[in-house]
Amino acid sequence: MSAARVGVVTFPGTLDDQDAARAVRHAGGEAVPLWHADTDLKGVDAVFLPGGFSYGDYLRCGAISRFAPLMGELIPAAKAGLPVLGTCNGFQILCEAHLLPGALLRNAGLHYVCRDQRLRIESTDTPWTADYAPGQEVVIPIKHGEGRYVADAETLARLEAEGQVVVRYLGSNPNGSLNDIAGIRNEAGNVVGLMPHPEHAIEELTGGPGTDGLGFFTSILKRLVNA
Amino acid sequence: MARVIVDVMLKPEILDPQGQAIARALPRLGFSGVSGVRQGKRFEVELDGPADEAALADVRKMAETLLANTVIEDYTVRVEG
Amino acid sequence: MNVDTVARAAQTPDEPMPHVELGMKDDEYQRVKEILGRRPTSSELAIYSVMWSEHCSYKSSKVHLRQFGTKAPKSDALLVGMGENAGVVDIGDGWAATFKIESHNHPSYVEPHQGAATGVGGIVRDIMSMGARPVAVMDSLRFGAIDAPDTRRVLPGVVEGISSYGNCLGLPNIGGEVAFDDCYIGNPLVNALCVGLLRKDQIKLATAPGPGNKVVLFGALTGPDGIGGASVLASATFEEESHAKRPSVQVGDPFMEKLLIECCLELFAADVVVGIQDLGAAGVSCATTELAAKGTGGMDVRLDLVPLRDPTLRPEEILMSESQERMMAVVTPEDIPAFMAICEKWDIPATVIGEVTDTGRLVMTWHGETIVDIPPGTAADEGPVYERPYHEPAGQAALNSDDPAALDRPSGPEELRATLLKVLGSPNIASKEWVTGQYDRYVRGNTVLAQPADAGVLRVGEAMPGATETNRGIALATDGNGRYARLDPYAGAQLALSESYRNVAVTGARPLAVTNCLNFGSPEDPEVMWQFAEAVRGLADACKALGVPVTGGNVSFYNQTGTVAINPTPVVGVLGVLDDVRRRVPSGFTGEGHRVILLGETADEFGGSAWAQVAHGHLGGLPPQVRLDAERALAGVLAEASARGLLTGSHDVSDGGLAVALAEACLARGVGCAVTLPGEDPFVDMFSESTARALVTVSAETYDAFAALCATSEVACTTLGTTTGDAMLTIDGLAPIPVEELRETYEATLPAIFG
Repeated sequence: MSAARVGVVTFPGTLDDQDAARAVRHAGGEAVPLWHADTDLKGVDAVFLPGGFSYGDYLRCGAISRFAPLMGELIPAAKAGLPVLGTCNGFQILCEAHLLPGALLRNAGLHYVCRDQRLRIESTDTPWTADYAPGQEVVIPIKHGEGRYVADAETLARLEAEGQVVVRYLGSNPNGSLNDIAGIRNEAGNVVGLMPHPEHAIEELTGGPGTDGLGFFTSILKRLVNA
Repeated sequence: MARVIVDVMLKPEILDPQGQAIARALPRLGFSGVSGVRQGKRFEVELDGPADEAALADVRKMAETLLANTVIEDYTVRVEG
Repeated sequence: MNVDTVARAAQTPDEPMPHVELGMKDDEYQRVKEILGRRPTSSELAIYSVMWSEHCSYKSSKVHLRQFGTKAPKSDALLVGMGENAGVVDIGDGWAATFKIESHNHPSYVEPHQGAATGVGGIVRDIMSMGARPVAVMDSLRFGAIDAPDTRRVLPGVVEGISSYGNCLGLPNIGGEVAFDDCYIGNPLVNALCVGLLRKDQIKLATAPGPGNKVVLFGALTGPDGIGGASVLASATFEEESHAKRPSVQVGDPFMEKLLIECCLELFAADVVVGIQDLGAAGVSCATTELAAKGTGGMDVRLDLVPLRDPTLRPEEILMSESQERMMAVVTPEDIPAFMAICEKWDIPATVIGEVTDTGRLVMTWHGETIVDIPPGTAADEGPVYERPYHEPAGQAALNSDDPAALDRPSGPEELRATLLKVLGSPNIASKEWVTGQYDRYVRGNTVLAQPADAGVLRVGEAMPGATETNRGIALATDGNGRYARLDPYAGAQLALSESYRNVAVTGARPLAVTNCLNFGSPEDPEVMWQFAEAVRGLADACKALGVPVTGGNVSFYNQTGTVAINPTPVVGVLGVLDDVRRRVPSGFTGEGHRVILLGETADEFGGSAWAQVAHGHLGGLPPQVRLDAERALAGVLAEASARGLLTGSHDVSDGGLAVALAEACLARGVGCAVTLPGEDPFVDMFSESTARALVTVSAETYDAFAALCATSEVACTTLGTTTGDAMLTIDGLAPIPVEELRETYEATLPAIFG
């Protein structure tokens, strides 16, 4: 049986694409490079939008990438149920593309923050988090300057009520995110965005301490193989 | 009560990477006929009192010392209304 | 636009030229006239003035720097030595590493954010121009006193500049230094290092061979950035004039640089580049003269083809512009279409502006008229060379006889404990998390160790897709100590090398090669020149003794406020290799029940020490003794012990002595320890800064093997105690200090000032 194929998108200025592809391979999948200017999703089973500074984060983070030709294909596919995970800049792009509600603003502390962050997995009801236990505490690196999640009160209440908050910061909130939100999902659950970088926590040798991030990748691959 | 607007722009000779990246993106979205874009910042300063000369001088000083980095940026000050 | 042409210059031989305003001396100008047999055109004068500036020509330092070549130890690892954009070292399995450190001191004072950002950008392009993929950066930073008002302006700006530029490029920042001293007020040091990886057979050089080959300028458009920047900002002190020169600030575009990196790597992979050079200080002037001089000898350039951001630029300004994110390549005519297609894919403007010739002349035209016609080597390689006079500073002997032995020392357990906390929380020792937490240390996924570890360590294996698998790793550290160098510049440079070498060694890596950034005051001051000459001599001698060649680096002169020079500050970067990166030794204490061992010997040495500074504000006497043989033996033990898996943790012993090393080892993971000081004088044991020492931990099972290894290598191995699970630093005779108390002291200092 051939390995499940996860597309990893590269925009101009994407940085964590190599890491994301490595994480997919570590979990046993095939990483398929997708180029922003193409209009072909190459038949992948899921898509990962990695972190970075696409278009230099100029104008607003994700604002220019959101209009890439590839996004023209990805947005309808995601609405039709294709599993999509965006981390950091990928999360920002998903918000700009209105695949996820809310927006990510400059950190409350006004500085870029790189640190190993304690988190709680709040929702395992997504194709990307099924391998975690509900309420599981993990440590995964964060590294961003604009990760303060904001949404209007109504949206926020809905996210909480419907269990759409996927990951929450524990300990001190690194960026002033509302409700300590580190990651959310759409109503259907197939689209997930988070600020932390699970691809930097998949090996003991490199990256943050431990391998707590690997679950995001094993979750999606199990889902695809069993699908 | 008055509102004073401070616009801060990079000096014309200073490279504006943000403006350039936006300008390059516009044709891809179907907007033609744009020869350049420069990005700046707008500050709205609410005064307790009227925007008289003394207050404006203060706002200019504010712009000079804090709002603009005069090494690379110019600013303009105007009263809204 | 009226331009000064070669024809016009021939007709108006006596027309006065502004060579003095451009920083050129009368005799230098005379030499240009002799070379050309006429007066230079204004464009030619622009070229010679920037190429013969201190910054580009090394005219004051050259006679001394030669020692790095003449005294260089034999090294099989050295693939490309000094004189290229960066040195290249063989790290095994077909891989090579290239690395270099460079200063951006003066621009970082004028506009801290952009100055520091463009410093990162410049060194990254140096590494790219060797054919390598840049894989990490680190920064060695020095500022005035931590609580000085100007430090509050400069430090956050510099950190933000490095953070915004480096993070956006996707290069992990894996180490470096942050230090404070009054002498850097008004003249911070911002030294940026970049390391790249490449396959041994992919090295590119800055050369333009093959008549008929095309010269391509690619990357950002050329604008009025930093005109006069390199020669004016970096070559003349600017205390009273910084406002006047402000318009020459360069702005960096890290997004463009990221695209340029990926574009260059694709160009290299497609094998469509004959020679390549980055455009840094002196921009087009430097790139064209150097490429031509190292190639077939000639080049024709149509300067009016240079794509401009500001159409009003004059040819002289184009030649001197320091617009960032630009590269120049030499490409065969057949490969031009492929070259252009790759640039287009990455949205990188690229323009053919000229052609390689075999005429031995660099000829530039402007709308059909010849404005430059010079032998390129005269600008690139044959600049003036000065034997500047030097002598020992007047106060040197008095400084050296001001022995710290006369200072009051803490006595009794209470005072020793209080001194430990005071030193630990002092600005130079305290946690630099406020700074390094703003840098991405994880991107690219190969970071094995990063700050606050002694050295940064990277996995090599996955640097380029498709390359042979390898378990190799590289380790990198930078160190410098202006206080030691002020007391004795010869020893100070050797101590900077010793510490950097040791920091690489404690990870288990074998030190291989050296880069350096020599930060000094004015070379026109004979006392400063003495410091420089001594430091270079010391460094060259020590490199020879340790068997690590200098592969390149940078000299920064005129670091002074008014007439007061900074402490001489040679910063030394050392690159090491780990044959199996999985065997790297983690930093600090890693678990309970390990034996805590001090390697090396401790003497009563406090000249220039952290304690003397913190407790007494004192700088005098002599720095700690340099022990190069002992450093080499220590590094040998650490490398072998790591390869055999004998160590569970390690940490360098340096600033603040053993006391600080123990505290930092506890802080790494919150593991405690209980130790007994081995010597007669607990104060000396705790705070002396004797060199060639390291703190290591071993498990009970491996202790005998490790002790035997130390004995054969003649490295003193003293068991101090064991690590504990109680999260307390317990030094026999002193009240135990909870690790939480250490942490509060260690981590509070920078946030208290910078928020």
